[in-house]
Parts: sequence; structure tokens; C-alpha cells
Amino acid sequence: MSKEWPLWEIFIRGQHGLSHRHVGSLHAPDAEMAIKNARDVYTRRNEGVSIWVVEANNIAASSPSAKGPLYEPSESKIYRHPTFFDIPDEVGHM
Amino acid sequence: MYAQMVQSTGQGAKSREDMSPEERAFQDRIDADQKIEPRDWMPDGYRKTLIRQIGQHAHSEIVGQLPEGNWITRAPTLERKMILLAKVQDEAGHGLYLYAAAETLGISRDELTEQLLSGRMKYSSIFNYPTLNWADIGAVGWLVDGAAIMNQVPLQRTSYGPYSRAMVRICKEESFHQRQGYDIMMKMAQGTVAQKKMAQDALNRLWYPSLMMFGPSDADSVHSAQSMAWKIKINSNDELRQKFVDQTVPQAKYLGLTIPDDNLVWNEDKGGWDYSDPDWSEFFDVLKGNGPCNTERLEARNKAWDDGAWVRDGLMAHAQKKRAAAAAE
Amino acid sequence: MAADREMLFQFLLRMGDNSLILGHRVSEWCGHAPVLEEDIALANTALDLIGQTQFWLGYAAEVQGDNKTADDLAFLRDVWDFRNILLVELPNGDFGQTLMRQFLFDAFQSILLPRLTKSSDSQIAAIAEKANKEVAYHVERSADTVVGLGDGTEESHARMQAALDRLWPYVGEMFASDDVDSAMVAAGIAPDPATLRAEYDALVGQVLTEATLSIPDSDFAHKGGRTGKTHTEHLGHLLTQMQWLQRAYPGATW
Repeated sequence: MSKEWPLWEIFIRGQHGLSHRHVGSLHAPDAEMAIKNARDVYTRRNEGVSIWVVEANNIAASSPSAKGPLYEPSESKIYRHPTFFDIPDEVGHM
Repeated sequence: MYAQMVQSTGQGAKSREDMSPEERAFQDRIDADQKIEPRDWMPDGYRKTLIRQIGQHAHSEIVGQLPEGNWITRAPTLERKMILLAKVQDEAGHGLYLYAAAETLGISRDELTEQLLSGRMKYSSIFNYPTLNWADIGAVGWLVDGAAIMNQVPLQRTSYGPYSRAMVRICKEESFHQRQGYDIMMKMAQGTVAQKKMAQDALNRLWYPSLMMFGPSDADSVHSAQSMAWKIKINSNDELRQKFVDQTVPQAKYLGLTIPDDNLVWNEDKGGWDYSDPDWSEFFDVLKGNGPCNTERLEARNKAWDDGAWVRDGLMAHAQKKRAAAAAE
Repeated sequence: MAADREMLFQFLLRMGDNSLILGHRVSEWCGHAPVLEEDIALANTALDLIGQTQFWLGYAAEVQGDNKTADDLAFLRDVWDFRNILLVELPNGDFGQTLMRQFLFDAFQSILLPRLTKSSDSQIAAIAEKANKEVAYHVERSADTVVGLGDGTEESHARMQAALDRLWPYVGEMFASDDVDSAMVAAGIAPDPATLRAEYDALVGQVLTEATLSIPDSDFAHKGGRTGKTHTEHLGHLLTQMQWLQRAYPGATW
């Protein structure tokens, strides 16, 4: 059997000013073709203005067992979330 | 559905007492509607069942290109040609998203493809039926996509993260598919005598195969019980089929077409239509490979794959040469 | 039709028929490509081409008058009324031949369309503006694929060379100008295609060199498509399929 094209993870900036978001994956022989394929596969409905591709092998990920230590500390910092603050209605939308 | 009669562990849903502590923690997360992600611990049966289900779903999208693709070169107007081409292209995209979701479970797209081409993995029975006149393209969108949507919308809430995200994307893109099908049916049903005949002919041939898409009743299926406990199956087959019939009957009426079922009657008590079951022996024949188009469909996919080998290898070899040259600099 | 309208009509048919017939050919791949990503990319190319057809033939129908539409022109003309170059009506062959044909055509379009954006005819300029953006991507993709396959394995190289040898005799027709072209030049509507040859040869030469492919020595060119005088046998079969419903059920609305 022939060698399968590597898997790439695709990140697209949907609008100016937003950050790139993971939209999915695809196969391509190299980065250039991965970008072209991403354009054809993931921007069929004008979804993107900028494309990043990363070979899936090159992504380092936190391990699921570390879920506790990595994420729990931030959960106690509830002041980071806007709903923590009670704003009087008279002030208007914030 | 696009995934029919998916085998699970074959033992029904495990009771809490029989579960290991890991399994119990896993089930708790599912019950709490948390998503399971690729690197999370999961029971082997969950992983295997998902690979079978997502794989079958993906294969259905890919083989599903063929009956509709059959009419791209004969579409009657430039606009219809473009709409159909865009739709069949979407199916390829959906297959791609689903393969990618399956790949997160530790199987490659090539391995899945091999299993499709060798006949070891199935795809939906519906795509083994032919598209014989232009109204079939309308009926496929209206009935087949209509049936698929019934299943896919709830699957957006499935427990496996990558599968759920693929379904969200697919449902978003698919919203135009059923509408374009019904739009063709309206034109045909309001058209000339010949067009109306085509529309009725398409409905006659595709009605029961569409009902078969949901699979036989799984009220007593041990496979379905486990899949439902794991939230990789959300509704029972009969539940979805009933919903489909109830939705479709008034739509057919609006078109002035007759659903080919003399037993179709409104049942006040259940608030739904009573209908005739499809011929399940035909369904099992199709699954066994004896549908009208099984041979052609697999031949077409095998040919595309075999003829394309030199292209895949060629582009890969070029990429490797480029990489080697860059490394040497 | 007045003489200058007739000339404009012929020019628009040439543009529209090229994209229609090539778009149709490319669409034949849908569901049969070597890999899913290519299937999706080819469908995009076909969609762009048929989209361009609607504009070119739509305008042609307007020039023709008689309440004709782009669909009338696409589905109700016979072979001798088609004005596409022979290159685009040739059968797809293998994936290599399809991509080589695509590149040879895209390269031409990528040189012609930017000039048409400056056409004295504002409708043509607007169509070219839109098409040019699509073609800029088409040529990039088809060139990359030709390079990748030409340089890839021994087999892919041999197939791409065979494709080039097969198609090269159909390249010259793109530059064979005639009265229609002179009329377009005189009216400031479009350039004389013969004047685009040097730029074309430079672009194609560069890509094919990178692809390690050799351009055949002979510059012999088959002709007869853009004048409509002698199409290949293939076009009739293509139309038989494409036009079948419209021909079998005249007057129906789809």
C-alpha cells in the first residue's frame, strides 16, 4: 500500500481582528498543498481570510490526566469572568 | 441512516455494578453531558463502536457522491448543474470531516478506505439504488437528505467531541441540501405531464429505500442500548422513522404526489401517520451486496482509488524531494 | 445583427464556450478523483468555470437579443455553433492529462483576463475582474500539481510527459487570431491573442522546466474550435449528454 499523505490541522482566521481557530483536518503532501487544500475544503463558503496549517504530528498537547492541575487554578479566579461583577442596570450595557 | 445497524459490544449497556471505576467515571461524564476528547480515557468498546459508526457514516458520504454525481453532466440548466456540483462536493467534504473525526480514534483514513473498498465496512443501503431520471435528484435531496438530517441534528449532541463538532459543521452546510431537492420536486410536480411523471416515478422508487435508511426496529437491540447509553446514538430507529414519515406526508401532498403506500392513514391516538414497513428482506439483500447498484458503486470507488495511486505517490515523492533539498541547504 | 455586434457576439461565445466546456469536463471528475482533497478542489474549479460561463454566455445572449438566455446558448446550440478551443473539449484522460490541460488553459486565462479588466466594454471588464481572481488561484494550483507530478515518481513523470505531448498540439489555437480578434482590438475590447504568446511561453516554460518536462519540438497546432469550422468528434458526445434533457423535453422549466 502506498504511503498516506500526512495529516494537517487547519486553523482559520474568519474575520479581520479575530484569532485563528481550529476548523478541522485534512491530508496533504506538504505545507503548501495543505494550505491550498484548506482553501478548497474549509473556505468553500468564504469562511476565512487567513489560513495556518500545522502537521498533526508536530502538535504537542497537554495530557488529559493533567486536567486538574492545569485548569483548576483558573477556575478559582472567577473575577476573570465578566459575570462576576454586578453592574447596576442604570449603567447600561457593558 | 447513514450508519445502519452498527455493532456495539453486543452485550447491552453495562450496569454500574459491572463497571470498573474508570468505566464508572467515564459513564458519569457522559451522563453529565461532558464531551469525551481524543486523549481522554475511554472503554475499548466505545472506541471500536465509534470507529465503526463514524467510518460507516463517512463511507456513506463518499459513496453517496455517486448516485447524484450520475446527473451532474446531464443537469438541465447551468444553475442546476452548479447547485448539484456544489452539493456533491459538500458530500466529499462531509466524508472528509468524518474521516478526520475517526482518525482521532487511532485509525488512518487509508485503513478505513481499504475496509470500504474490500467490502468489510458498509455504507448506507440507500446509495445502492439507482438515480434514473432527473426528479431522482430532487427526491434524493428531499427524502434522503431529509432522512439524514433527522439523524444528524441530534448527533450534534453526541458524546464524542470530534464527532459532535463534525456533525455541527455538516448540519450547517447541509441545510441547503434538502431545500434544493424539494425545489426541484416543486418544479417537476408543477411542470409538464412528463415532468410530473418523473417526479411520481422517483417517489415510487425511493420511498421505501428512504424508510430503510433508519434501519430495522432496534427496540430490542443490545447494540443500540449500549450506543444510547454512551450517547453515540440519540434516538431509536422507529422514533426517527415516524418523525420522518410525519414530516414528509404533508410535503408530498403539497406537491400533489402520492406516497406509494395504501396503508398510510392518520392515527389520531399517536398523533402520527400509520405506514407500511419496507420489505426488510430487500434491505438485508442490499446489505449483503445484492442491491441494484452495489457492484457499480464499489467498482467506481475502487477504480478511483487504484487509478489515483500514482497521483498520490507522485505528489508525495515530490514533497519529500523538496524537503530533502531544503534540509541539505 | 450588425457586423460589430456579430463580432462581439462571437468573442463572447469564445469566452463562454471555453469555460462551459472545460467546466463540464472537469465536473466529470466529481466523485472519482485520486483523493478527497483533489475531488473537492476540482469541483471548485468546475464551479468557478460554470459560474464564469453564466456571465459570458449571459452577456452573449443579451447581445444576440431575441430574449435568449445563457441556458439557451448552452443547451440548444449544435456543435458547429460552439466556439471553444479544441483543447477544452478533449476527453479528460487520466488525472495527469486533466491537470495538464487545466494548466495550459489557466496559464492563458491568467494572461488574458488581466487585460480584459481594462476592456472598453464595461460589462466585459466587470466579468474579467471577477474571473481573474478565480483564475489566479486556478493557475497557482494547477501549476503546483503539474510540477509535483512531473517531478514526482518515475511513473508520474512519464504520465505527465505523455500528457504534455498529447496536448501540446492544441496550444497554438489559443493564439490563432482572426477577424473577430481584429475587430475586438479595434474597438479596444480585447487584445489580439497572438500578442500574448511570448508571455505565455515564458510562464509555461518556467513551470514545465520546474516540472522537469520537455516541451515538444513541433509547434504544429490543430485548429477549428474557436472558428467553429472543425471541432473534434468528442464535442458532439459531450453535448449529447449535456443537452439531453433540454432536447428531449423542449419547453419544460427545470
